[in-house]
Amino acid sequence: MAQPGAQTGLQSFPALLARNAQQMADKPAYREKEFGIWQCWSWRETAEEVEALALGFLNLGVNEGDFIAIIGRNRPPLYWAMVAAQMVGAVPVPLYQDAGAEEMAYVLGHCGARFIIAGDQEQVDKVIEVQDQLHQFEHLIYLDPRGMRKYDHTTLHDYAHIQDQGRAAKDELTPELDRRRARLDYDTICVMLYTSGTTGRPKGVVLSNRNVIESARFSSEFDHLTSGEDILSYLPMAWVGDFVFSVGQAYWNGFCVNCPESEDTMMSDLREIGPTYFFAPPRVFEGQLTNVMIRMEDATPFKKRLFDWGMAHARKVGTAVLDGRPVSFMDRVKYAIGNLTVYGPLKNTLGFTRIRVGYTAGEAIGPEIFEFYRSLGINLKQLYGQTEATVFITAQPDGEVRSDTVGVPCPKVELKIEENGEVYYRSPGVFVEYYKNPESTAGTKDAEGWVATGDAGFIEPETGHLRIIDRAKDVGKMADGSLFAPKYVENKLKFYPNILEAVVFGNGREECVAFINIDLAAVGNWAERNNIGYSSYQELAGHPQVLATIQDHVEETNRSVAEDTMLSGCQVHRFVVLHKELDADDGELTRTRKVRRRIIEEKFADIIAALYDGSKSVSTRTEVTYEDGRKGAISATLEIRDAAVVPVATQKVAAE
Amino acid sequence: MLDDSEGYVTTDGRKIGGVVMEMKNITLRFGGVVAIKDISFDIREGEIRAIIGPNGAGKSSMLNVISGFYVPQEGEVWFRGAKRPPMKPYEVARQGIARTFQNIALFEGMTVLDNVMTGRLTQMSQNIFTQALWKGKAEKEEVENREMAEKIIDFLEIQRIRKTPVSRLPYGLKKRVELARALVAEPKLLLLDEPMAGMNVEEKEDMSRFILDVNDEFGTTIALIEHDMGVVMDLSDRVVVMDYGKKIGDGTPDEVRRNQDVIDAYLGVAHD
Repeated sequence: MAQPGAQTGLQSFPALLARNAQQMADKPAYREKEFGIWQCWSWRETAEEVEALALGFLNLGVNEGDFIAIIGRNRPPLYWAMVAAQMVGAVPVPLYQDAGAEEMAYVLGHCGARFIIAGDQEQVDKVIEVQDQLHQFEHLIYLDPRGMRKYDHTTLHDYAHIQDQGRAAKDELTPELDRRRARLDYDTICVMLYTSGTTGRPKGVVLSNRNVIESARFSSEFDHLTSGEDILSYLPMAWVGDFVFSVGQAYWNGFCVNCPESEDTMMSDLREIGPTYFFAPPRVFEGQLTNVMIRMEDATPFKKRLFDWGMAHARKVGTAVLDGRPVSFMDRVKYAIGNLTVYGPLKNTLGFTRIRVGYTAGEAIGPEIFEFYRSLGINLKQLYGQTEATVFITAQPDGEVRSDTVGVPCPKVELKIEENGEVYYRSPGVFVEYYKNPESTAGTKDAEGWVATGDAGFIEPETGHLRIIDRAKDVGKMADGSLFAPKYVENKLKFYPNILEAVVFGNGREECVAFINIDLAAVGNWAERNNIGYSSYQELAGHPQVLATIQDHVEETNRSVAEDTMLSGCQVHRFVVLHKELDADDGELTRTRKVRRRIIEEKFADIIAALYDGSKSVSTRTEVTYEDGRKGAISATLEIRDAAVVPVATQKVAAE
Repeated sequence: MLDDSEGYVTTDGRKIGGVVMEMKNITLRFGGVVAIKDISFDIREGEIRAIIGPNGAGKSSMLNVISGFYVPQEGEVWFRGAKRPPMKPYEVARQGIARTFQNIALFEGMTVLDNVMTGRLTQMSQNIFTQALWKGKAEKEEVENREMAEKIIDFLEIQRIRKTPVSRLPYGLKKRVELARALVAEPKLLLLDEPMAGMNVEEKEDMSRFILDVNDEFGTTIALIEHDMGVVMDLSDRVVVMDYGKKIGDGTPDEVRRNQDVIDAYLGVAHD
């Protein structure tokens, strides 16, 4: 296998940093909006900051092989901390900042972190709460000193002080730092990332420098990324995607990482930066589209007519223009006018004016949403990846983009489909191991390096594109033997703006039933426009008109599911609109917002029973966890509705 | 213990300094109505001082006396060691006293940032012409003022609404913007008139945290009026209790809570 890093000596991120600081010294490396202004650090300044912190780590007694946990929202100093940790031979472990204290205690205890870097007081408080359970934990470093003056500072340090101490001891510690830096190579651990874990405890995925640097290199070539890109880093730092984009590809290409001012300002920061390369889960695109539609409802009639005309034309020819397919001259002229009057201003409002490559991944995206962005001329594509693969398994090449596939294998990735439909891959990005968990490692990765994705899918013979149906373990059989693929139906349901989340049950049963979560933003707006009063989420979710609307959506979905002969058994016969939003704090979703089926099945067993026993309503009481960890309960009586299904008798014959 | 002119140490270990403001035998009348009757108390450096009492007790009048909006017919107001003559409110503001209002008094059509910037008015030395030219000193001053405004915006976590017109904001956020405008003047004494009125529990918790943070981070002396007894008792170092224009209690929250007159006032015992 070709090893570009081996030839050039660029086998670690500290080495890439040194290269960038030399070759692109004055080019912006990081920006962060603070105090209303975009603050900027060049590569040379970044190298200085990272080195000061690394020296500070040495001064504090960080050993090679130590784990340094990093918790907080995306901020340049926290990205620097990852590379500074690598520089001294330690392993950075970014954690999800919205995890509760107990969840955090498990991960911190599992990796045995001696040092923890926390973004602000909130994170510091969580660590202090659980520090008695952490035997190896020694020092806590915080970034934002606000509110922490009165804390006991024996094991608590200000980030800036650690850097100052590092600078002060520079002469004394530099030889040791150089020694450690020189020992880094392709096989050194680059980072450890905890998977969100749809089942059981989170697992620590160990990625080597080879994994990350090679993946960054091949994917950069695939999309022709350059040092001129600007990205907005707003997705959790603990997520492999953010690490590969904001550290891997950013260091490999030397492009600029922009951090928003706060979570709430992400949308306006996006507009100000205008990234050229953008990555978002479908919900971000959905949210933006919902916002646009809501605002267009309130626009003047002239603007609304112009918008409708422009979008109708974009739907007709927009994607063809983007893919370079033949389009008539008149249509091109009309599209250019549309671009001047509608698409351009709209893209500007969304912050997508400069975008060259956009990716969506993590979940399936609704075809209408996907087409909407593409028809505006935004090169939005789909990607299929995993933490264990250092993200990249398949991606869509320019000009071959469709909403129902996830693309062709990435460079250097091999795919195979097992008999049960499960997708396997082998690539330079394949992870080293699960930390302290050889059984799981052996269960996932075989001796030849093939890794099971856990997803069932197939490769389309004509195009070579991969299509994913569902999680392999969720794919089951209905009582009559027909295929049961809940995610397939759930995704169809979730494409309706009114439906935020759906969970379909039916494995081993006669018929399928579903839980539905309404989308408060969309349904709330609809209620407002139609003068429907409500005082709580629960009340809105139980409103008869809302139920009728959802029923229409379910029935429409059933018709669409029935068209697919393989999966027509999965039509939803009965459904209930839940009285609470499924939430990661209650363990119902993972931190990346994937449904945890087993837990939901146990927790709401009474509702599922009611869905199958034919009753008209069910009274239930559900425990909820508030953001600060306190628990409470909500009671509700939920109406159960029947949905019309398309007869599937013909399908059963076909199946036999 | 409280008469000690050197100050005292609070239960959570903060050092409270000497007297910043002293009210001596204040009486305030509107025609025949006596709003405040012969009240004396002091406010010390670095403390959170609350004025509580039932409706119509004269709390807001008291705050208006402190802020110089009302001039009492009798009694003296001492601020930082000197007797204060009757003053215009803007002169009081120049002395380093800033306030928020019970009924929000922001410029509704202006953005949050502009509203906060108006709080820097007392710090500005340039006249309208040099500001219009925006050269040299005027530019430097504007940049400094904006820096301070941004610091406070960051502190109160309202970055997201920086450019939003105030009229579009919900009530709880408007209250926070008002606090920002008061803070940006870098006051020595901050007066808060019912900062939690009309808020839900979550908003109250947020506001309480910000008040404590302001006191902790900037060392600002705070005098506040509040209805919510629970909030007052948690926040303040010392409490003055008023009823029908008279002072009926003064001391730490614990002392006040045990005071029979206070209990009577709050439980509504008939007055004679």
